[in-house]
Amino acid sequence: MPDGGIGASSKRREDLRFLTGRGKYTDDINLQGQAHAHFVRSDVAHGRINSIDTSAASSMPGVIRIFTATDFEGVGGIPCGWQVTDRFGEVMQEPKHPILAEGKVRHVGDPICVVVADTLEQARDAADALVINITPLEAVLDMKAALAEGATKVHDDLNSNLCYDWGFVEENREAVAEAINNAHHVTTLELRNNRLVANPMEPRVAVGDYDFSTDEHTLYTTSQNPHVIRLLMGAFVLGIPEHKLRVVAPDVGGGFGAKIYHYAEEAFCTFAAKTIGRPVKWTSTRSEAFISDAHGRDHVTKIELALDENGKFLALRTDTHANMGAYLSTFAPSIPTWLHGTLMAGNYTTPLIYVNVKAVFTNTVPVDAYRGAGRPEATFQLERVVDKAAREMGIDPVELRRRNFITEFPYATPVAVEYDTGDYHATMDKLLQISDHAGFEGRAALSKANGKLRGFGIAHYIEACGIAPSNLVGQLGARAGLYESATVRVNATGSISVMTGSHSHGQGHETSFAQVVADMIGVDENQIDIVHGDTSKTPMGMGTYGSRSIAVGGSAMVRATEKIINKAKKIAAHLMEAAEGDIELKDGQFSVAGTDKSVAWGDVTLAAYVPHNYPLEDIEPGLEETAFYDPANFTYPSGAYGCEVEVDPATGKVTVVAFSAADDFGNIINPMIVEGQVHGGLAQGIGQAMIENCAYDDQGQLLSGSYMDYAMPRADDLPMFTVDHSSITPCTHNPLGVKGCGEAGAIGSPPALVNAVVDALQRAGHNVTHIDMPLSPDRVWAAMNS
Amino acid sequence: MHNFEFVKPSSVADAVSALAGEGAQALGGGQTLLPTMKQRLAAPEKLVSLSGLAEMTGVSSAGGVMTIGGATTHASVAADAGAYPGLAGLAAHIGDPAVRNRGTIGGSLANNDPSACYPAAALGSGATIVTNTREIAADDFFQGLFSTALDEGEIITAVKFPIPQASNYQKFVQPASRFALVGVFVARYADGVRVAVTGASEEGVHRWSAAEAALSANFSAAALDGLSVAADGMIADLHGTAAYRAHLVKVMTGRAVAAAS
Repeated sequence: MPDGGIGASSKRREDLRFLTGRGKYTDDINLQGQAHAHFVRSDVAHGRINSIDTSAASSMPGVIRIFTATDFEGVGGIPCGWQVTDRFGEVMQEPKHPILAEGKVRHVGDPICVVVADTLEQARDAADALVINITPLEAVLDMKAALAEGATKVHDDLNSNLCYDWGFVEENREAVAEAINNAHHVTTLELRNNRLVANPMEPRVAVGDYDFSTDEHTLYTTSQNPHVIRLLMGAFVLGIPEHKLRVVAPDVGGGFGAKIYHYAEEAFCTFAAKTIGRPVKWTSTRSEAFISDAHGRDHVTKIELALDENGKFLALRTDTHANMGAYLSTFAPSIPTWLHGTLMAGNYTTPLIYVNVKAVFTNTVPVDAYRGAGRPEATFQLERVVDKAAREMGIDPVELRRRNFITEFPYATPVAVEYDTGDYHATMDKLLQISDHAGFEGRAALSKANGKLRGFGIAHYIEACGIAPSNLVGQLGARAGLYESATVRVNATGSISVMTGSHSHGQGHETSFAQVVADMIGVDENQIDIVHGDTSKTPMGMGTYGSRSIAVGGSAMVRATEKIINKAKKIAAHLMEAAEGDIELKDGQFSVAGTDKSVAWGDVTLAAYVPHNYPLEDIEPGLEETAFYDPANFTYPSGAYGCEVEVDPATGKVTVVAFSAADDFGNIINPMIVEGQVHGGLAQGIGQAMIENCAYDDQGQLLSGSYMDYAMPRADDLPMFTVDHSSITPCTHNPLGVKGCGEAGAIGSPPALVNAVVDALQRAGHNVTHIDMPLSPDRVWAAMNS
Repeated sequence: MHNFEFVKPSSVADAVSALAGEGAQALGGGQTLLPTMKQRLAAPEKLVSLSGLAEMTGVSSAGGVMTIGGATTHASVAADAGAYPGLAGLAAHIGDPAVRNRGTIGGSLANNDPSACYPAAALGSGATIVTNTREIAADDFFQGLFSTALDEGEIITAVKFPIPQASNYQKFVQPASRFALVGVFVARYADGVRVAVTGASEEGVHRWSAAEAALSANFSAAALDGLSVAADGMIADLHGTAAYRAHLVKVMTGRAVAAAS
């Protein structure tokens, strides 16, 4: 077996181009004759558009055309990909999401019109000459106030600002209430999961192109899932059949969820390219990204945990208001429901759970999935309330968790999912070891001597990854399947191109996917190229999010490679005049069992394409196979996270001095890439818990609309991480036994950090039971001094 | 960014005449002005670059006074102001390396951002701002947010810092911008202690006279024990309340005194 393969920390082959500036991103694409689009966006949160006067602007130098909502009268709105049914059996309220604002603007950043000109500067100059008359309306911002009787409506044609009132599992509602009313102890916690801006390093870009001679449209876009964009935009917005619409997502500089969705700018550039007969390009500025990329999180929650006298969890009830923003982004309705409610059991045997979620329209940027997507919100509230319960009942937080851990698998939770496998005591044991939990008191004493307050916080998470079984999500309201695809094309000399429906935007698929195929065949991984991101090259695929790529996309690739191997064995059997059942493949050599006969991989692949000596009567020439894989279940990564902090009592500043992560991701393809994924997730989770905060003022103006006020975590905000993934319970239902690792860090870390700060403050005698994220110095100081 | 004319004079005199016209704007390191122009919030017709003017660049010390040319970058001050460690330390922690290699002391003082570091050093040192026409005492120079005693077209050619016996700057950073949420510069001279505060007040950089009196009598953090800072007039924003900033002024002052060398 050559070096590499499954389990090797192969260096990321894509880094050579990324680190030497040779990556080809969407903004690097400049087409002949391309025009530039500048979006004119609302600077008020809510208002009625009285008039748009384009006359002066239209005659400015270089202006080709100015588009307004009237240009899109024959075109659909931006579709929502998930329909949630509420607890009364009614479908959610679903407002139209126009490409350009129709009659009203509904958030700061809502696009009103677009100037297309020869140069971007000309487009911007012309935009300054537009006269747009808007009457400001009251901004709807607070979710609870938005649901009050008589509240101003974000959408005049809806009944109210309520998107849906979801209950899960509705049949348990009364039983949960009864268990809470009769319990020995009930711990209650009210909290906010702060709104975040994803901030991928590369802002969004779209380039539309149209060839009238073939009637073919091409969209180059910064997307995590080009086929999804082709489907949504082609079928629902612009009415372009798939064979006339190609969507390319080349190198993409980070997504974190925000590049899953179909955005107005993509539809616009595709539409406008045909309208003006020239390619049209739009590149978001960073300021635009803050007000036009979908935001994340923004839940306000009350959670109650009922316990018996021994600390056994009896029932859990949670009541959440989830901010949808002004419109429904592609997957927005599913995040606070099916990706959130189904995770409320966590790692615990709680027998009765009821989740109520009210999704609310407000005059803010739409909210959708952001790394973790619903699961961080579930984990945060659960791991915070468990920690609070432990403190209230005088039980060690580790011990309380252990008393309630699920230990038998498969385990059917009361919230409709079945965990296939896991070992939560093992990850907890590992965490306590790698974090030197036993030595904490000594370190705390040292901190105290230095005038600092030290605390240790634990969180144990579960997540549902490998999204998702299509028949199940169809029942839950998804308007798409969630399989994945792969085509394995073996070339005549034995090199291999794998066309995957997954999309890599930083995850290292080009390396780790090649390792899998190399391992299965026994050839060097450098013989294999991974092709992704172009609907004209890859089979229909659903893209990358929800930690699904290796579990679903990798499984499709395994299935296609199995087909390749089966066919190659037939060819090898023919070449060696042996029975197919006797052929073995090892280290790239086909041999006949029990003999010294063998043929090399390259001999077989050559025979497939030069079929002179070939069983043409039985099998076709060539060696190319496609597989679609639809998972039987979600995968359930889990892990124990430990955060150690020091708090400066004079300023409230929190320093994360150590962070340990003991994860169970099932089998591991490339440990180095897995560790990198965990590091990145931890940085984002710690960022949310410590410093990131997307805040609006009472007029709906974004207070944190640039990096001057929106704090991104930097290397010196973070400690050296201690990560471990040696606790392995392989997934039982996919061929690789993998679970996915992309989101774990962002899911498990926020509660661990907040638990650590509360621990530090309580150890110092402060009666602080909760601080809302981010735990910025002023908030911690205020909590200590209130 | 709108189009503009770019002028790179070779002497202060040439710069002064270039700035005399309508719509001209001096350009220091451009660390504030250029982002503002990119956002189309400023649109000068002509930029007069002061960078690279030899007569405005460099650090020198004589007779207990350090003179820093107005076009000297933060990185140069960090490297060359060793005779005034409190000042060199402040310069070494402004922004990031890219900012420090472009931004200049003259540009920073002329801009007088209420959260910038240099105004605290200038005021806390009782520095003299030297321009092409006159010398202005720091106490008279800073006149509130983004406002100074400079006249239209007047150029900061140098800043003269009396070198103190001991000094220190403590910056509590705003987590996003890493400007000073509160920064305090403390300098101890033979005739007394000066304390200048940046980042905190709606009036911009200012002296904390009660602390100066207490520390002049007893240069130790304990001397501040009985003092408090009023929250009135302090900045309140996403990153801290007025009360929090007032509290931090005292904490950072104590730390600066303790660390002064």
